[in-house]
Amino acid sequence: MLHTILTIILVAPLIGSMIAGLFGRQVGRAGAHYATIAGVAISTVLSFYVFWLYVFNGAAEYNASLYTWMVSDGIRFEIGFMIDKLSATMMLVVTFVSLMVHIYTIGYMDHDDDYDHHNPYYQRFFSYISLFTFSMLSLVMANNFLQLFFGWEAVGLVSYLLIGFYMKRESAIQANLKAFLVNRVGDFGFILGIAMVFVYFNTMDYNEFFAQLTSQRDVMIEIMPGVEWSMMTLMLILLFVGAMGKSAQMPLHVWLPESMEGPTPISALIHAATMVTAGIFMVARLSPAYELSEVALTVVLITGALTAFLMGMLGLIQNDIKRVVAYSTLSQLGYMTAALGASAYAAGMFHVLTHAFFKALLFLAAGSVIIAMHHIQDIRQMGGLKKYMPITYWTMLIGSLALIGFPGFSGFFSKDSILLALGESERFGATFAYVLLIMGVFVTAFYNFRMFFLVFHGEESEYVKTHKIKESPAVVTVPLILLSIPAVLMGLPMIEPMLTGQYFGDAIQVLEQNDTMMAVYNNYYHGVLDMILHSFMTLPVLLALSGVFLAWLMYIKQPNIPAKIKSMCPRGYYVLDNAYGFDRLNEIVFVNGTRRLGEFFTRVIDIKMIDTGMVTNTFMAVAHSAQALRQAQTGYLYHYAFVMIFGLLAMLVWVLW
Amino acid sequence: MLTSFPILSTLIWLPIIGGLLVLFAGRNNDTVAKWLSLGTALATFILSIPLWTGFDTTTASMQFVEQVPWIPTFGVQYYLGVDGLSMPLVLLTTFTQVLVVASAWEVIKDRVEQYMGAFLIMGGIMVGVFAALDSILFYVFWETLLIPMYIVIGKWGGPRRVYATIKFFLYTFFGSVFMLVAFLYMFYQSGSFSILDFQTMPLGMIAQILIFLAFLIAFAVKIPMFPVHTWLPDAHVEAPTAGSVVLAAIMLKMGGYGFVRFSLPITPDASMSLDWLVILLSLIAIVYIGVVALVQSDMKKLVAYSSISHMGFVTLGMFVLYDILEKTGSIQGAQLGMEGAMVQMISHGFISGAMFLAIGVLYDRMHTREISAYSGVVNKMPWFVMFAVLFAMANVGLPGTSGFVGEFMVIMSSFKANIWFGTLAALTLIIGAAYTLWMVKRVFFGPVTNENVEGLQDLNKREFAIMATLAVAVVALGIYPNPLMEVMHTSVENLLVQATTSKL
Repeated sequence: MLHTILTIILVAPLIGSMIAGLFGRQVGRAGAHYATIAGVAISTVLSFYVFWLYVFNGAAEYNASLYTWMVSDGIRFEIGFMIDKLSATMMLVVTFVSLMVHIYTIGYMDHDDDYDHHNPYYQRFFSYISLFTFSMLSLVMANNFLQLFFGWEAVGLVSYLLIGFYMKRESAIQANLKAFLVNRVGDFGFILGIAMVFVYFNTMDYNEFFAQLTSQRDVMIEIMPGVEWSMMTLMLILLFVGAMGKSAQMPLHVWLPESMEGPTPISALIHAATMVTAGIFMVARLSPAYELSEVALTVVLITGALTAFLMGMLGLIQNDIKRVVAYSTLSQLGYMTAALGASAYAAGMFHVLTHAFFKALLFLAAGSVIIAMHHIQDIRQMGGLKKYMPITYWTMLIGSLALIGFPGFSGFFSKDSILLALGESERFGATFAYVLLIMGVFVTAFYNFRMFFLVFHGEESEYVKTHKIKESPAVVTVPLILLSIPAVLMGLPMIEPMLTGQYFGDAIQVLEQNDTMMAVYNNYYHGVLDMILHSFMTLPVLLALSGVFLAWLMYIKQPNIPAKIKSMCPRGYYVLDNAYGFDRLNEIVFVNGTRRLGEFFTRVIDIKMIDTGMVTNTFMAVAHSAQALRQAQTGYLYHYAFVMIFGLLAMLVWVLW
Repeated sequence: MLTSFPILSTLIWLPIIGGLLVLFAGRNNDTVAKWLSLGTALATFILSIPLWTGFDTTTASMQFVEQVPWIPTFGVQYYLGVDGLSMPLVLLTTFTQVLVVASAWEVIKDRVEQYMGAFLIMGGIMVGVFAALDSILFYVFWETLLIPMYIVIGKWGGPRRVYATIKFFLYTFFGSVFMLVAFLYMFYQSGSFSILDFQTMPLGMIAQILIFLAFLIAFAVKIPMFPVHTWLPDAHVEAPTAGSVVLAAIMLKMGGYGFVRFSLPITPDASMSLDWLVILLSLIAIVYIGVVALVQSDMKKLVAYSSISHMGFVTLGMFVLYDILEKTGSIQGAQLGMEGAMVQMISHGFISGAMFLAIGVLYDRMHTREISAYSGVVNKMPWFVMFAVLFAMANVGLPGTSGFVGEFMVIMSSFKANIWFGTLAALTLIIGAAYTLWMVKRVFFGPVTNENVEGLQDLNKREFAIMATLAVAVVALGIYPNPLMEVMHTSVENLLVQATTSKL
């Protein structure tokens, strides 16, 4: 029974996708969106059921194979399901957000005048987002590394297709190429990590892998003669490199800001709520392994913390509404990663969940603004939109408050548990990470409310004055409202079971001495209400509020301050404006470097050395000696061939006798 | 039963006779030539299906065997048979044959009957190469194949076809002469030309090394491996579409097949001591050739280099077993590499064939293969681009396509042999994506920038059918490779035993 339900959850979006994608012309626009929405709705409803079964009724872990992909060398490579509280929760998040995005897309794409209408682009879009839902589900439902990699690459493919959705736009097709390649750099590490699982554990199955962890924990491997590393640490770091690509951690973050070239609904679904959290999910899924390597966890911790702070800083100077949200996603992904690094996997996942809702909400609200502004995305051209778009305004305010961790909102609980857990952690680098994350809280509040004030408050720009701005239609605003509900409420009931570890149960395993979440629970937690009230006297909330205040001061009250600051420290602005130079470095070293190398290889080795040096010279030598044999020359290649064969035969016979 | 029916002979001679028939009956009548060719190709393919359905997966010995004396004085036999290594390649050949005939349908206007005839004859000969169990018979097929290919490129090829054909002919001919010498030596030692006898005969180390090197030269040219690879891009660029398809999808596989049929079982000790050479050349193919592919401006050249790079996985997967054996004391993990190599050959047959057919579709319309001549093809040919992107993704090795299966298996296995082999091989994840998708971006996406692209028509029904067939093959093998694996297991296990049993 459960097996059938799981199969339907997985396959329904795929069927919808194929109807819309392959028969787009036949079913038409409406047919495409009904088919895909029906598919995803079925998955959502059934996911609710599975969620209820696991999270409320504590059903036992379900692990079963769907089919055997192949058997080789005595190892079974399977496609299957592993359902526990972790995957059940992720399934619900993926399907629910996906459903909201599907509905929202009807409104968004309808207003998308950007595209010529001969092409069935509308159907294609629905096909892609349903295909994405299928891929993401297969990733989170996987019971083995192979399927994880399947889903991992499939979401990457759909992301590639969707970033480049506006195929005529040079910036879009540049961005999707970049996204794919940077992700592939991560996958390079990821597949080597999987190769280590294969070599040292002889299985692809999660549970068989977990069962051997203790026996393999002290294995050392020789990297180079005389250099030995811990197998476990290397494997986990390699797997984490995959997570860095997918979850956009520095220095593999460069693709995410540019992914905003895609249509806004997918920025919400793929590049905020679900796909980019795949890396976090993977580490949480493998928590029993990560617990065994302090070094790997330290790498995770530092990477996350640096990303959280440095990417947040870049949010300060963005003027494109989507880029502000994109950098905030990067920064929030850093928070999640840092939580993993502090062994607070549950906190990291908690933030994944709350973030999925409030960030999807922020993106979709930003999309609503973009619709109203007729695809203008520069926040300096907006202003005073509050009175035209009340629903968008209020829902975006809710999303923003959740993002900055305003007490009581969902983001507050998840972010605070990350911060508290980091405070408890004694891992190397934990204090450093803690400081970065605390500073990040202030930065987050500032850049987000800077955007908020510039868009909705202040003076109306010329454009707003001269054009008719109106609230978006119901297909857009209803998803916003539906997403606001979890963005406000979902933290309240979840905080306690998250801290005690009851929420995820055995799905996430933490060693006792590393259990920072439990320490937070024992040392600080005295009920939800107490946590909210108490927080107004804690540093994170005070910093968040001062960030909001400063944004108000600088962009509403005294709008001339930003320019002054900019002129006061041009160097700082230059560094931020160039995003720390990562793009330029990649361009010079990797892109042009590889191209030069390729040209060198072609010109010097292939053409000069092999073709001209080896081949043509030999050829000429043969040709010259052939001059002497002019009489025998008939001009037919096969004559030469036969002469050669018989000559060789004769030689051989002569030698052997 | 079917076993008594000479199925392999039928698969060899039906297309050859059909081809000759086309040459005569189709003269001055293109319609007859076309339909007769298609009928022959289809009949051959259908007749090859019993090889699959009637295949006994429990034995490693040869099946569908036919054995009659041919030149009794020298003990040369007409000796055919297939096992789990060659049977999939025979099917790949007959399958590709149908697509090749279909691809030329209205494209070739000049001497259709000769073109079709040449390809049919080639198809029969290629089946012969994979099915021959007598080394002289093998050699005859191996060499004869050059002639129709030589004619096809020389007659219907591009502007530099003379240079390309001579280069192609001399390279491959040069390589195979050494192989012949090796056969003759072994005949004098064993008194038999049977490949199976070669596999069981004892051989001294020096003889093994020399024979191994002779084979290596022959197969390395065919695959092709660095540094004897430069004939392939030239041949591809000049060859007509169908020529490129046959070249990439099947002829290159003969080199890989040679390693598993000859080198590893006949000279196991030499293979063990010289495995580093093959591995080194394979890794150069994967990394170096990949980087070279990146900067090609001609689409066919790019895909040709990509082929060489992908064939590097074949040779790598075949030769990592000795390092695994040395490192871990068992060959656990080597089967994955060997089967990965075999799957990679089949998969590459589909993918490279599809890529060259896709380029052919564009070339037929625009008469240029320069990447810079294109931009925004998707705006005019959305269906075509859908297929092309699928094949490109398969070329990149995306899971769910056949391209992933072999690469994945070989990376796993080579990582087990040596961390650095695995690491270098895995670089293809980045390099392969870079050269393939960069081309995709420049050719298919972006705005339409010139009138020629503006006037493009999307796929016609024939082209659609060809593309769809290959797409199904690529996806089916990617989603469910197990049936192919099951066919190979016993033979691969047997091969691993042969390759690790000393003959000294």
